[in-house]
Amino acid sequence: MEMETRMKKRIRVEANTEPSESPFEVLSEEILFLILDLLDSNPLDKKSFSLVSRSFFAVEARHRRSLTPLRPELLPFVLSRYNSISHLNLTLCPYLSDASLSSIASLLGPSLRSINLSGSRSYSHRGIESLANKCFNLEEIDVSNGVELTDEAAAAIGRMSKVERVRMGRCKKVTDLGIGCIAVCCPNLKLLCLKGCVGVTDLGVALIAVKCRKLRSLDVSFTMITKKCLPAIAQLPNLEELCMTGCLGINDKALVTLKQGFKSLQALDMSNCQNISQASVSSILQKNPSLHHLNLSYCSPVNSMLSGLHGVFKLNSIKLDGCHVSTDGLKSLANSCISLKELNLSKCSGVTDEGISVIVAKHKDLVKLDATCCRYITDLSLAAITSSCASLVSLSMESCTKVTCEGFRLIGRHCPKLEELNLTDTDLDDEGLTSLSQCQNLTSLKIGICLKITDEGLIQIGRSCPHLQELDLYRSIGITDKGVSEIARGCSNLETICMSYCTSISDESLKCLSNCARLNTLEIRGCSLVSSVGISAIAARCCNLSKLDIKKCYEINDAAMLSFARFSHNLRQINLSYCSVTDVGVSALASISCLQVVTMLHLSGMSADGLAAALLMWGSLMKVKLHVSFKPFISPVLINRVESRGCMFQWLNKPFQVQLESSEVWKQQSHDIFVE
Amino acid sequence: MKQIIGEPGIDLSSDSKMDLKLTRNSESFHKPNSSNHNLNSFNQASQYFPNLSPTNFLSRAENLQQNLKTKSTNSFEPNLNSGMATQNPPLDWDPHAMLSNLSFLEQKIHEVQSLVQSIIDQQAEFSSRPSELATRQQLATADLTCIIIQLISTAGSLLPSIKNTLLSNNPALRQLVNPDFNNNLKCEGLIRNFPETARNSEYEDLLRNLDNEADWMKEPNPLPQSDIVDANPIDEHDLKESDDGDAEREHLPPGSYIVLQLEKEEILAPHTHFCVICGKGFKRDANLRMHMRGHGDEYKTPAALAKPSKEPGSDVHPVTRYSCPFVGCKRNKEHKKFQPLKTILCVKNHYKRSHCDKSYTCSRCHAKKFSVIADLKTHEKHCGRDKWQCSCGTTFSRKDKLFGHVALFQGHTPALPMDEVKASGSGQGNDDMTEDLGGYNGNFASEECLTSMDVKGIDESRAYFSPMNFDGFGALDEFGRGGFDLEDNPFAFIPSGFGQRSGDS
Repeated sequence: MEMETRMKKRIRVEANTEPSESPFEVLSEEILFLILDLLDSNPLDKKSFSLVSRSFFAVEARHRRSLTPLRPELLPFVLSRYNSISHLNLTLCPYLSDASLSSIASLLGPSLRSINLSGSRSYSHRGIESLANKCFNLEEIDVSNGVELTDEAAAAIGRMSKVERVRMGRCKKVTDLGIGCIAVCCPNLKLLCLKGCVGVTDLGVALIAVKCRKLRSLDVSFTMITKKCLPAIAQLPNLEELCMTGCLGINDKALVTLKQGFKSLQALDMSNCQNISQASVSSILQKNPSLHHLNLSYCSPVNSMLSGLHGVFKLNSIKLDGCHVSTDGLKSLANSCISLKELNLSKCSGVTDEGISVIVAKHKDLVKLDATCCRYITDLSLAAITSSCASLVSLSMESCTKVTCEGFRLIGRHCPKLEELNLTDTDLDDEGLTSLSQCQNLTSLKIGICLKITDEGLIQIGRSCPHLQELDLYRSIGITDKGVSEIARGCSNLETICMSYCTSISDESLKCLSNCARLNTLEIRGCSLVSSVGISAIAARCCNLSKLDIKKCYEINDAAMLSFARFSHNLRQINLSYCSVTDVGVSALASISCLQVVTMLHLSGMSADGLAAALLMWGSLMKVKLHVSFKPFISPVLINRVESRGCMFQWLNKPFQVQLESSEVWKQQSHDIFVE
Repeated sequence: MKQIIGEPGIDLSSDSKMDLKLTRNSESFHKPNSSNHNLNSFNQASQYFPNLSPTNFLSRAENLQQNLKTKSTNSFEPNLNSGMATQNPPLDWDPHAMLSNLSFLEQKIHEVQSLVQSIIDQQAEFSSRPSELATRQQLATADLTCIIIQLISTAGSLLPSIKNTLLSNNPALRQLVNPDFNNNLKCEGLIRNFPETARNSEYEDLLRNLDNEADWMKEPNPLPQSDIVDANPIDEHDLKESDDGDAEREHLPPGSYIVLQLEKEEILAPHTHFCVICGKGFKRDANLRMHMRGHGDEYKTPAALAKPSKEPGSDVHPVTRYSCPFVGCKRNKEHKKFQPLKTILCVKNHYKRSHCDKSYTCSRCHAKKFSVIADLKTHEKHCGRDKWQCSCGTTFSRKDKLFGHVALFQGHTPALPMDEVKASGSGQGNDDMTEDLGGYNGNFASEECLTSMDVKGIDESRAYFSPMNFDGFGALDEFGRGGFDLEDNPFAFIPSGFGQRSGDS
């Protein structure tokens, strides 16, 4: 919009100099293309651009390369305008028939390079066949979540001879035969994702490895593969990334007996492989000296994975979430790696101050450290981290309850490059927050469930962190309008803010936040002071708003819904349970053309008839949560009709809850759960 | 039902031109109720020959003949109808018969004693003429053998495990048939004159088979004189068959067994067990026995319902093998390399597989045919399902073999199962049709209708739901209205960076 106003000004100037000709014809297509290249950040700018004149409209249509349509039924008209689209993302079209696909194929033909069907259902192998017949330049196809797709579909993909990237996660009905067709017919394959294809066994994967020698990335997560296909995979000359998450058929024996390592492997993901232990880890690391990234999350919750490592490894990043990591293990890791940049120890048991100190002393280049739920670490660890790792960019210390304010002050003092900081559920106070305001590059700050912080600290953040994009204040009950308005003023790039259960927040905060034009996610669950006035202000000015949670904002009524219907055309997800919304508001919401996920429980003013009417016209709906008491009053015919459009119903039976429990009580309860 | 007892002893009887038909109905043998032949005849010959002077060599030659005959009749008396035996429990033995048997034994023992004594006495006398001595020794040995066989058989008849036959318990019938046989036997015995050489070889055969036939010896007829002449024409045919059997006798292994041959009709008959009262057929004897209960209380006794093979004495059955009735077949007893079939089931399956039309066709592949329904079922279990096919047409029984093949050859792909391909073929047709209907308007017509119908009833003013208002210059109308009225935007593009999958805009 800004762009357009600027454009208009310029055009007005031009119009004054050359009144005879249309001022817009002066600009050549090349120049317009250059302008459009710069407009990528906000899609609405492009729309404004195209509305300037007929030629601008045509140029914009020719310039566009990628498209994410919201409704399949409008696709033919959209595609006849944008006929040089090469990347088509259909994830927002849950209902996509074979006819739609065949129409896309005939309209775009050879210009289509990449298509994403991962969010769609109800198309079959016939649609893919028509794509294979017409779009012979297709390089990338994503048919993930096509749980009904059969080997025929895989064979159709195999007919796309130029295809390089194929993602077919959760295609449960595809078997080795279909994979075999892809393997034989697609020699250029570089990326293949078979995540959750439970029909695929060693035979199919081994054939892929034999035939597709250009393969760079292979994902065989959650399949039934065993050690039989590993030798073939190891022979792949260009394989850089291998993901074997949750392959229970892979065990120590498979990895230890593997004669040679993977030739050029850089990233290996073995998370959730519960049958591997420390022997496999040393074997992998010794056989694959070029490995940079290793993910061992949730492999071994009991035994240390890292004890007894020998050799020198080039590992950059290692993820050990949910594993047992002893101090000795961390020492051994620190000694055998040359330079660690990323270390993920979230939910690791056994992490101590000593372990952290050893690691950070040795690896001063550490960029990212995740110590979520390492409950035994104290200020000593933070002192070690802050003194060694000056280049730290991302730090997560969620629920590190033994760390005190002293520790957090060190962060602000020593880590100026910090961009992401997660201090949720810690003892952070205003002093610490003020200190943190020295980290001026912060883009994401999560300080939820910090009951000690108040406006005072938050004002400091708002004044000194202009790049902040994400702020989480969940249940930080000391925050009021004053602090939030300072944030809104200082952090104009804010995109995501969560103020759920900050009960002191009122309309005033929202009016201030409406200045943040990029805001797309707003969570004000349980802020009972907020009314339609505040939320309407957001709706009117934050046109990028796409996710909204206003559950238990009892004051919000139909007025807010009407303003959403009028302004929020990007709204995709909303939770309005317990709001004072009636049938009028619900049918207003139903007119938002891309609203897809809705939760409506305990709406005081909604009737079954109103709901039925809204459902009938709600063409974009993909997922709706409703109270089970409505079910008998909605005709099954209507439910079937809505479901056939690609919508999923979720009937919940949650009791009506009037009182909000205080955050202090809530925090105490959650800690009690942990102690038990 | 014919049967041949493939045993050398038969040759003796047939060589001696005695009308001895050692036929036995195997059905009646095993399953008494199924017997169709009430005149289930068997011939018995038993001859009692008075003592001959052991020193009279001239008469001894004749005596040998007689003894031989006696032996053959005694030792080859048919296995008595054991089924009837179960129904008629062992009777009290006839003390007269017993007495005569004992005196017969006594006589024979004396004969042996005198024979051996004569050999000892004459040893010195013939020492100067070795050739004459050898001849006499030969004769003496043959005589001895004959006597021993008689001893054994008669002594065996005294054992308490004697079985009584229907006929032996039926004096009227016995008397009816006895004279006829006795006359027959007598005149045959008188006319018959063995050449010396033939006799020697027969003795050797006899001796060789003596051990093997021990089981026969154990079941002698307690009433040797009883006999029946069978008048059944089928049995005439049987006789012929048994003559045929003689021709191939030399090829049988020394471990002899009974060879039975069923007729084609019997093999192919759906039922093998028939009710003697109502004629109903059954596949299993057990079913027949269940059926028989309906015909009266006498069939309800535990003995009548018992499994026939469990009866005492039946565990000494001779080894039985079967021959295929198809002449020229290797399983036919006339074949030079005859290989017998083990059971009746083998006969049935062999005959159907080898000599019958294959009338059962596989319902999956419509190519494979079978004559035995079990074979069809076995095939259908695997037909089509386990066929792993390559695009080159080669099929494999195992998936890993197919994948090995595909991995080895360039351009070969695994072929998808037939039904899937068919479905895809029809789908392809539909697809083409919709495309031919003309562009996207046709393709989306149905969906358009649905959507606009849904919407128009409620809010007709929202024109953007109707596709007709939105195309290239429809949008310019928006422009004409001025401003940036976003309300009627029919599709908004999701901002980049939102979510994970829209990063390409």
